[in-house]
Amino acid sequence: MRPEPADRYPLLSVRNLRKHYPLRSWWGGKGSVFRAVEDVSFDIRPGETLGLVGESGSGKSTIGRAVTMLNPPSAGTVAFEGTDLAKLSAGEMRRMRARIQMVFQDPYAALNPRMSIGDYVAEPFRLHRPGMARAERRDEVEGLLARVGLDPRFAQRYPHQFSGGQRQRICIARAIALKPSFIVADEPIAALDVSIQAQVVNLLQDLQDELGISYLFISHDLRMVRYLCQRVAVLWHGRVVELAEADALYEDPRHPYTRRLLSAVPVPNPVEERARLRAASLLPTADPDATGGLVEVAPGHWVADTRYA
Amino acid sequence: MTKAVTAPTVIAPTGVALPSAAPPLRSEPGPIRAFWARLTARRTAMVGLVIVVALILMAVFADWIAPYDPIATDWGAIRAAPSWAHPFGTDEVGHDVLSRIVFGARASLGAGLTSVALAVALGLPFGLLAGYAGGVIDMVIMRLTDALLAIPFLILAIALAAFLGPSLTNAMVAIGLSATSTFVRLTRAQVQAVAAEEFVEAARAVGNPPWRIAIRHIVPNIVPAILVQATLTIAAAIIAEASLSFLGLGQQPPEPSWGSMLNVAKNFLEQAPWMAIWPGASIFLAVLAFNLLGDGLRDALDPRQRT
Amino acid sequence: MVREAPAQEDSAQAKPILLDVRDLAVAFDSEGGAVHAVNGVSYTLAEGETLGIVGESGSGKSVHVLAMLGLIPRPPGRITGGQVLFEGRDLLALPERALRTVRGGQIGFVFQDPMSSLNPGMTVAAQIIEPLRIHLGLDGRAARARARDLLDLVRIPQAGARLDQYPHEFSGGQRQRVMIAIGLSCRPKLLIADEATTALDVTVQAEIIALVQELKREIGMAIVWITHDLGVVAGIADTVQVMYAGRILERGPVDDIFRDPRSAYTLGLLRSLPDLSRGRAGRRRLHQIEGAPPDMRYPPPGDPFAARNVYATARCLAEAPPLVQAPGAAPGHLVAAWYDLPARLAAEEAAR
Repeated sequence: MRPEPADRYPLLSVRNLRKHYPLRSWWGGKGSVFRAVEDVSFDIRPGETLGLVGESGSGKSTIGRAVTMLNPPSAGTVAFEGTDLAKLSAGEMRRMRARIQMVFQDPYAALNPRMSIGDYVAEPFRLHRPGMARAERRDEVEGLLARVGLDPRFAQRYPHQFSGGQRQRICIARAIALKPSFIVADEPIAALDVSIQAQVVNLLQDLQDELGISYLFISHDLRMVRYLCQRVAVLWHGRVVELAEADALYEDPRHPYTRRLLSAVPVPNPVEERARLRAASLLPTADPDATGGLVEVAPGHWVADTRYA
Repeated sequence: MTKAVTAPTVIAPTGVALPSAAPPLRSEPGPIRAFWARLTARRTAMVGLVIVVALILMAVFADWIAPYDPIATDWGAIRAAPSWAHPFGTDEVGHDVLSRIVFGARASLGAGLTSVALAVALGLPFGLLAGYAGGVIDMVIMRLTDALLAIPFLILAIALAAFLGPSLTNAMVAIGLSATSTFVRLTRAQVQAVAAEEFVEAARAVGNPPWRIAIRHIVPNIVPAILVQATLTIAAAIIAEASLSFLGLGQQPPEPSWGSMLNVAKNFLEQAPWMAIWPGASIFLAVLAFNLLGDGLRDALDPRQRT
Repeated sequence: MVREAPAQEDSAQAKPILLDVRDLAVAFDSEGGAVHAVNGVSYTLAEGETLGIVGESGSGKSVHVLAMLGLIPRPPGRITGGQVLFEGRDLLALPERALRTVRGGQIGFVFQDPMSSLNPGMTVAAQIIEPLRIHLGLDGRAARARARDLLDLVRIPQAGARLDQYPHEFSGGQRQRVMIAIGLSCRPKLLIADEATTALDVTVQAEIIALVQELKREIGMAIVWITHDLGVVAGIADTVQVMYAGRILERGPVDDIFRDPRSAYTLGLLRSLPDLSRGRAGRRRLHQIEGAPPDMRYPPPGDPFAARNVYATARCLAEAPPLVQAPGAAPGHLVAAWYDLPARLAAEEAAR
């Protein structure tokens, strides 16, 4: 049994994804491997946002880079619009990148400091629409900058002249340039200030409504994930331990790790938060063995290991 | 470094979120203008720059500046002390020292610039290849570089002179080849550092082929470090050229070069000290100027000073 | 200090004043001109009180604390005015040597990144023992015994065995526990935590906060907890102070700040958080504060938030409002605003 949505044909279908890193051994023998991601399967439907939550080391960024083939998986299939990305040649994958884009966590590091933002946003056109006329490209770039809420006259400027929120908008403008059907957003708001996060989340939401983009939204901000994502997968030690519709997951978490994770999220309400702090210390820590195969405990609600169904 | 790290985040004064609220643009210097402003703010760097420019102008317009033909001998004025006619004095065959200093700048600066240009032209592509391709290619290039590094430039110059005859060109090639390993190593280290940055991964994610990532995304970010190293290496190359000419392996008489002038002058240190003082001072000044400029460039280009 | 009723603000006020910050101003010299990072910050902290300071990067929340402890590099940093009275002594006037005995002694601190705050080349024992010897004058054996007790205190298992390990042998959460142990080693009267749990996973953050709450019950120190996370502040603070562009825009008892915000900025922050009380179906679009904070090389003449504030009046743009008791709010609930936020909100509600 697999967590497949029955109603619509998936845009992205990840099956038994695995990423292992060999560990160096001292005596020249066969070293052991670090299992960063183990047997992960999920689907993303057209126009859907799937949230991927988990703590540092849970493998959530590894999955983001594996499904975009920036760091290809050790095993498993990543079927995007019916094509197995893992089987594409380097050139075919580069062409495929017009349809799959990525937004990174740190908008300070993700921009080339010596490229004007106009050139940066124009790059997808240069790569994937080589026949495009210069004037047309400039118009497209100006339209994109305006679309993400930046003054098109900024095109001549360089990244150091922008704030973090503005830089993330620039990254998003580049990501949507070719109207991709799928964007992996790896912690896109983690480096931003609270008052700027809402701007970026609203922008992502609006772009989805307009262009029908599907997102894989990787985040440790559990409240924002519930807000933005239709479905959420909880990762723990490289495995999905629970996957469900967002409301079902947050209101009726089944896996002990999900419960522990959700109960640790601070609530911006003094009375509730003080009550939560008092209650939180009573919860048990998760059982490391509770990572069997996923079982559907309610329609669309998948949990690892039947004991917690 | 301290400034950028400790000062609180300065939000660029471009704080508009929506074009509807766009205020008139505050003029912001581009990266080149900002760099120039930082460079001109450094007094020692400007001193270096002015001297370098002056020396280059002197070399280029030597024909107009020099009062005499540098290889014309005047048997009536041999080892003449500085005077109105010969402000820097004359040498043992009656050459005007001032004119030879002026023309000697061509040999010294030419050797410095040419040899470093050669070193960069060879070092940058190989360093880029080693740093970006990695693996076996990296290993082969680095071992060759190590081997090159093991040969002192003097030995290389002597070997070249033995095969091809001593000349300024061969001296430049010898100096350039020995400086190449520095640039291979520097480029490789810089490429590895830049390649690990997230914007390189972002460039891959948008579909850049490897060659374009190297040229468009990595090289522009390592140019500053190469430029600084090149400026400092020019100073070293000037000394190397002087040493080779002093040993007779560089500029051949009667053509002037500061090194060969010193070579002759060493025999007359007591009788005609001006023969040694002027070329010595010229070398000192040129080397100092390039070093000051290089240090200033390093400060002005240091990306850590950017917000 | 877990309690229910907000009424205990009064008892906190009645306690003696531990820290009295008066009109503190800090600037950094940069190539583009002086950055005015902190602009006239004044507040008091009572003994045993927990103050949550909330703000975004560039708000001055961290810088003003570092400045009062003499921890900003000078130059380029400059303290351009003010006093910081700790138990009646002006920290800014103290010579560096005297300040050192306060820092790490009576005032402990914990910073964001436990890895860079710990010396990777020294054992954990050596790093805990250092302040004990400097501030308490303990000999080696006594200091080591105390270090062991401190690791026990911050709930690190097998404390005795782990003393001689190096920082890299500890997990991120354990390193932050070690930092707290160092911060508390000399039984400080004040613990300053600057984004102490920001880099940690949410479950680890929960453990650290629970630990600090317990230690506070045991030791009774005052706490200044600096964070951008309103949720964390809601649970642990007695008093909340909202900073923006180097100023305090609002300050008051925690329940009042969340229930009855008087600054448009505080309101904007609270509203920009997703409200999930009615599930995803009932969610509304996130409220977003347009624009970006001002460039503090050119601080605006008036209310620094005015340019982003839909409730701003002409006076807000021209003249900086003082931090005063908010009319009709709980005692001690201060706001710096020329506009009357509750009246404006009521008018908005009526118009709808």
